[in-house]
Amino acid sequence: MSNSERPSKLFRNLNAKVASIPMVLTALVVFVGGTAWTVLYSFTNSKLLPRLNFVGLDQYHRLWSTSRWLVSIENLLIYGVISLVFSLVIGFLLAALLDQKIRFEDTFRTIFLYPFALSFIVTGLVWQWLLNPDFGVQRVVRDLGWTSFSFDPLYNSSIVIYGISIAALWQGTGLIMCLMLAGLRGIDEDIWKAARVDGIPTWKTYLFVVIPMMRPVFITTLVIIAAGIVKVYDLVVAQTSGGPGIASEVPAKYVYDYMFFAQNLGQGFAASTMMLLSVIIVIVPWAYLEFGGRKHG
Amino acid sequence: MVDVASLSSGAEALRRDASGPSGPKPRHVLSRRNIFLYGTLIVVALYYLLPLYVMVVTSLKGMPEIRLGNIFSPPMEITFEPWVKAWATACTGLNCDGLSRGFWNSVRITVPSVLLSIAIASVNGYALANWRFKGADTFFIILIVGAFIPYQVMIYPIVIILREIGIYGTLTGLVIVHSIFGMPILTLLFRNYFTSMPEELFRAARVDGAGFWGIYLRIMLPMSLPIFVVAIILQVTGIWNDFLFGVVYTRPDTYPMTVQLNNIVNSVQGVKEYNVNMAATILTGLVPLIVYFISGKLFVRGIAAGAVKG
Repeated sequence: MSNSERPSKLFRNLNAKVASIPMVLTALVVFVGGTAWTVLYSFTNSKLLPRLNFVGLDQYHRLWSTSRWLVSIENLLIYGVISLVFSLVIGFLLAALLDQKIRFEDTFRTIFLYPFALSFIVTGLVWQWLLNPDFGVQRVVRDLGWTSFSFDPLYNSSIVIYGISIAALWQGTGLIMCLMLAGLRGIDEDIWKAARVDGIPTWKTYLFVVIPMMRPVFITTLVIIAAGIVKVYDLVVAQTSGGPGIASEVPAKYVYDYMFFAQNLGQGFAASTMMLLSVIIVIVPWAYLEFGGRKHG
Repeated sequence: MVDVASLSSGAEALRRDASGPSGPKPRHVLSRRNIFLYGTLIVVALYYLLPLYVMVVTSLKGMPEIRLGNIFSPPMEITFEPWVKAWATACTGLNCDGLSRGFWNSVRITVPSVLLSIAIASVNGYALANWRFKGADTFFIILIVGAFIPYQVMIYPIVIILREIGIYGTLTGLVIVHSIFGMPILTLLFRNYFTSMPEELFRAARVDGAGFWGIYLRIMLPMSLPIFVVAIILQVTGIWNDFLFGVVYTRPDTYPMTVQLNNIVNSVQGVKEYNVNMAATILTGLVPLIVYFISGKLFVRGIAAGAVKG
């Protein structure tokens, strides 16, 4: 009796288990397995093919003494700070403007959000054209009579990362605006009434009442922006291909180039492991704050 | 219902007529607040529209006009030649059949990827919501956490897996990759949606003897069409716009449109034809833009559902 019951427990709910096979495979083989594999092989001296020839932290030492990687990290930091600050500020301001019970709200929102539907490749190529010094913004301003005007971020290695950030902000702020708008709409109307009755100016209500109440929205937005920052790749490839020289290289591009062009797999693995580490530093505290303690149903 | 509503609104109008204007005093359209508000919004809207305008205008000009004029001026002579060239004869490497090749590759990648990823994720989300088994939540958490791992960490192991199976470089391989990386967000989307559906519905169907697939196909699927539309929007734009997976997992003759576009525009040989480049750029952006403008609020709902609920 008990013998025939045992297997029936395993096969109970069989359809659901079968339906979950893709998820289980993805979670275990690709996400856990793939990540562990890459981290493991980052300690080897794999070149053209992955080999288990361990060399300790050699790849990491080399990584952190390669100027291209250091430039990539510096760019990522600048790009990250700009993305975070400006997309939060612009996104919130636009959302606050749209939340004033204005007419044509849908039209404005559609306009602010449409770049988000475009790929980074398209975004990068459009801004490459707009920022082209011979034909774009610089030329137009010079033709207006201001002949010494100079604005060529894509050809000036000290400011090229700002040129890329402009394109990224154009593409991504619409999304942040939408998230913020959803957050603002979630604020109880009575809060506004109470603030008005108390005679608190609008900007003060926003700053000291509404924004603290929107903390969860800000945190989610922050995580979304942060995850996007580390991934930045296509935009740079399209807009500058990492140039001029190596001035606009980013870590994701470093990984790709070392894995598939330079045939130096070990370096690629070490660099991608560093990317993983940076994400963990951001995600773990957030996950702890968000899910720590309470159970989700 | 409708009659009552119109009746009451009619009565409302009557009352208002009788007792003079009620409600807040109408504001002046040109109040200082409105000028500031709409002025700012219009300026920002123009800034957001500018790149689209420049793309269109540039693509309709001839090269001589581009060299002379400025990028913001409308074309003096409209020509569709750049569009024809971008679509049919622009060169990438040795292939000179234009973006059309990339377009059809992208169609052949996007359609099966969208169908497969949504089929897998919806059934999976349904199982997680209604047929929970021991350990299911653990895998689900791994899946969601995995969504935050940079793709670069998992690219190479997947190359090896695909090579072992013998589908590295084929469209099939890329379709599988898209299904894998679409799984976290889609599963979350469907799980949350199915969880929010009334439990009684599921129980009643169970009592009537419907099984796993019966309930899914006859009850869950018909009742959750909106969320399927949201998922389709999310996936079509996401997969069409993908560049990284395309460049890693396909070969030059199976490159998706984004990769081919980048190769056409950023190729070093030959004279730069900016009008052809812009026409090609618009062509590549057209599919997600059409999806975006048609879907409207559902698009917003899709990204909000994907983002906020996470």
